[in-house]
Amino acid sequence: MRLTRKQAALWLLFAGPIAVFSVWAVVDNAPLYFKTLLNGLTLASLYFLVASGFTLVFGLMRNVNLAHGSLYLLGAYVGWIVGENTGSWLLAVAAGFLSAAVVGLLLQVTIFRFMEGQDLRQTLVTIGISIVLADLMLWGFGGEIYTFDPPKWIYGSTELPLVEKFPTYRLFVLLAAIVIGIGLWSFLAKTRVGMMIRAGVDDKKMLAASGVNVQLVFAVTFAIGAGLAGLAGVVGGTALSISPGEDTRYLLASLVVVIVGGMGSVVGASIGALLIGLAEQFGLAYAPTYSVVFTFVIMFVALAFRPRGIMGKAG
Amino acid sequence: MNSAATAAAPGSLARTAGLREAGAESRTVAAPGPAPLWSERIGIRPRHLVVLAAALLYPFIASPFFTYQIGAQSLALGLIALSLTFLGGYGGMVSLAQMTVAGFAGYGVAIFGTSSFAAISLGWPWWLACAVSVLLATVFAAAVGWLSVRTEGIYTIMITLAVGVAFFYLAQQNYTVFNGFQGFSKIGAPELFGIDWKEPVPFYFVALGCALAGYFLVKHLVRAPFGIALQGIRDNPRRMESLGYHVTAHRVAAYAVAGLLAAVGGVLMVWYNGRISPGTINLAQMIAILIVAVLGGMRHPIGAFVGAIVYVLLQNFAIDLFVRERFNLVIGGVFLAIVLFSPDGLLGLWAIVRSRLLQPELSNQKRRQL
Amino acid sequence: MIASKRRVWLRSIVGAAAAACLLGTAGAQETLKIGLLANLEGPFAVPGQDGYRGADMALKEKNGMAGGKKIEFVKVSSDATPDKAVAMTRKAVEQDKVQIMIGPLSGDEGIAVKNYAKTKPDITFINGSSGAQATTLTDPAPNFYRFNTEGAQWMVGLGEHALSKGYKKTFLISEDYGFPYSQVQGFMASYCAKGGKVVDKAWVPLGTKDYASVIAKIPKDIDALVVVLGGSDAVNFLTQYEQAGGNKPMIGGSITVDQTVLNYKGKRRESLLGTASAGPMADSIDTPEWKKFVADYKAQFKDGFPSPSLFAYLYYINTRATLEALDAVKGDLSNGQKAYRDALQKTSFKGPAGEVKIDANRNGVGTTYITEVTKAPDGSFYNKVVKTVPNISQTLGLPEAEFKKMGLGSRDVPDCRK
Repeated sequence: MRLTRKQAALWLLFAGPIAVFSVWAVVDNAPLYFKTLLNGLTLASLYFLVASGFTLVFGLMRNVNLAHGSLYLLGAYVGWIVGENTGSWLLAVAAGFLSAAVVGLLLQVTIFRFMEGQDLRQTLVTIGISIVLADLMLWGFGGEIYTFDPPKWIYGSTELPLVEKFPTYRLFVLLAAIVIGIGLWSFLAKTRVGMMIRAGVDDKKMLAASGVNVQLVFAVTFAIGAGLAGLAGVVGGTALSISPGEDTRYLLASLVVVIVGGMGSVVGASIGALLIGLAEQFGLAYAPTYSVVFTFVIMFVALAFRPRGIMGKAG
Repeated sequence: MNSAATAAAPGSLARTAGLREAGAESRTVAAPGPAPLWSERIGIRPRHLVVLAAALLYPFIASPFFTYQIGAQSLALGLIALSLTFLGGYGGMVSLAQMTVAGFAGYGVAIFGTSSFAAISLGWPWWLACAVSVLLATVFAAAVGWLSVRTEGIYTIMITLAVGVAFFYLAQQNYTVFNGFQGFSKIGAPELFGIDWKEPVPFYFVALGCALAGYFLVKHLVRAPFGIALQGIRDNPRRMESLGYHVTAHRVAAYAVAGLLAAVGGVLMVWYNGRISPGTINLAQMIAILIVAVLGGMRHPIGAFVGAIVYVLLQNFAIDLFVRERFNLVIGGVFLAIVLFSPDGLLGLWAIVRSRLLQPELSNQKRRQL
Repeated sequence: MIASKRRVWLRSIVGAAAAACLLGTAGAQETLKIGLLANLEGPFAVPGQDGYRGADMALKEKNGMAGGKKIEFVKVSSDATPDKAVAMTRKAVEQDKVQIMIGPLSGDEGIAVKNYAKTKPDITFINGSSGAQATTLTDPAPNFYRFNTEGAQWMVGLGEHALSKGYKKTFLISEDYGFPYSQVQGFMASYCAKGGKVVDKAWVPLGTKDYASVIAKIPKDIDALVVVLGGSDAVNFLTQYEQAGGNKPMIGGSITVDQTVLNYKGKRRESLLGTASAGPMADSIDTPEWKKFVADYKAQFKDGFPSPSLFAYLYYINTRATLEALDAVKGDLSNGQKAYRDALQKTSFKGPAGEVKIDANRNGVGTTYITEVTKAPDGSFYNKVVKTVPNISQTLGLPEAEFKKMGLGSRDVPDCRK
């Protein structure tokens, strides 16, 4: 693959300092560097899980669902209740997925269906929904902290080369993200429904003209996107606990991931998540004061050079 | 009857969202009759004079608390919301970073002027600190605009949201310039001509003056070629581009104008509060500006101030009316109801009510356009 | 013609209604109104409710009367931002015409309200639970009284306790803002003086949830971790530390292993047991006053916590001081409240968690309890008192000149690495 001069220059501009930094960091404190690298990868997996649903919904329906974080939190709370009452963490994950999917389906069928083409109005509605949902959840579940109880075999630490003890659960999240990512990609690329969704992203009218029930496709997509948020809620909540305020946190993370990676692209979401997750963890390890701002700086730089995101498509 | 002076169709949320086609405004021509008064010729109507008189007399009738905490705060908040109404209603770009621009100007006043933290504050004279802050905030707004407008409209909300949150974190974490979590206090309006502008009545008039200036600026701009071009770009950027208009430049300029309005509002706000900290520009405050603008209605500049008054009243008296804990639920619910059922906000509702009483034979569609 | 007349009539009705809304009227006063400010929104919504409960308890003890007058609380709420705190205080003072104001809840709100207090010299302001050092140490207001001790005072004595357990080298992980700075200063003031070393400090931005990389930075050769995090951050850190295979003992700040953290919904982690901490109160103080306080709280508030929280306690002592001083002057608030303020300065009583009184700077001088997390017979976790350190003032046990030289806590103050 031949690179143009401009592309080569950009690669050098960004990869150069990173390479220099890496060499210095490995020499300085190798276990810290590799631990941070692995931490960044695993955090990126969590961000990918959350952002994949968001990008799917936007990619197809041009709906910037700012209630995505609220769906995350809702799935987490419902999953927690199910987990507490059944004692099974896996059931909790399933419950998280299903509850958020149902709510997402309801939202699409009762509200968003009637607002086709009014992107701005849809977004404002999602903002209103997120405010209302957040307060309802605060009312219902209180301000306490909720943690999950995963099975023993994914809790605790594992011995790994280079990094010594590493939390097993984070490796599990990494694995889950890879599985779900591949599953999502195959679903979109190989199945009929996936084909319809991709066709709809490119040209909704043609899809409708070729006899496909577009509303059904939309409903299914929104349900899957919301369900992914709920699933991520339980998975993320097990790693990082659940409390009010998590919804805005993960919404912002999804936004940044998707802006950097490109809207509507699952591959883009994974690239964005990688960049953001790594930046956050390396920032926290080596320059904690501004670690939070790093992720936004990356976003601004990405926007300056590629306004549609790294993998974003035109139109 | 609407005079021909209303040719510049005001933007509204409904139209921005594509609900109505371009050009479907009700336009009426002045009926032939007696020669118009000078006031009618430049568009001043009796209701304008009533509102102006009420605003001028308000501090002399209301208690100092109401003048300051309700009146002046509504005006400052309304000015910031006005910047969003201009940008969103007339420009079609809803930016969640207006509060951020206002906060930027506020921090400027704290850093360049005098405050409790002498180690950072430079101590410049108040007029210099204000002028420089407003200028820098306007440049900042233009930069945010440039970052946001090169893509489709819906990206704007996301990008400006991220910008706002980034600035919040920067202000919270940085102690050398922004003094981190504590922020700055003891910032106040100056004393001029023997009057202390921090007092409720003088401050109210300062706020009123700025609000009126902003209001008339917006009203003038939307009828000027710039404003008309902006509305054209809102409705159909491709066509405007092919007509030879530089779409991106117009949009960035709109951001700059909105930034100017928000910056002045920000200076008023930092004087009103007497302090600024990251809590002033956090996510909740950014969304509050959107709520205020949508609540009042983005179809006309007065909507921003109507929304601000309602919001400030709710904030202050909610605890007396209903359970304070569920304030967010109430305000979120109201916002949701407005976006779902009356996208033109309170102004839209008022138009419907008014027409129902005065012209019962009109259809709903026509009512919305009044 | 008819249409325009109706239009005018319609507009004047609406205009009159709007005017009536905006003008506002002052209410009549038969009882004595005291303003009460806590948080019902924002990050401290749940503790804020407990603050109101504490104040209500103090009032109920006096049967709703003080100084011969019936007391009515005018409750206002903020959301932990200083702007809102000042706005709500202003509402209570200028609109609802309270003459005494109790609040606010959080540290930065306290500083903002103190600045507002200076503009209202005729009103007396008493703290709620805010615990920032700067409120009374930097540019104090002569009409702002704080009967509780502040964040730095809450950690005095923990340093010696840590040394007594053999923790000579420690690593600090803390949130990066004002309250933890004070807490760390309180800990390090005596810890460093008596030979302890804090080899490095990891200041983590507020709102961080993923501590994995901070945990990776913890050096191997330290004796213990000093963790000053609160709420869900503390829960996350403790969980992640255990998952990462960490096993160093921990010393916690005042809100790191408190009620909210020990009572989180989920499986209790055994690794918490033994964590030392310090604060102005503890769940298990073994005095009749404290037991009565807990019993009263449980009886009055069926929807409250299992045991009164820090905020209930702090609001309780401040409110009780307010009311007792009113009794002492028989409700006399005349002459710029001078007699009342003199009475406040002299107020002292035996509170549920020790003696309550203020110093010449109108800041509380009180007791700090050193605790360790222990398992109760029924399996739940609580903080057991292991040591009581009385009479701690804002100079943190140091001579005043030395304390002044040190200055207020910040990221780099105090420092004792080597």
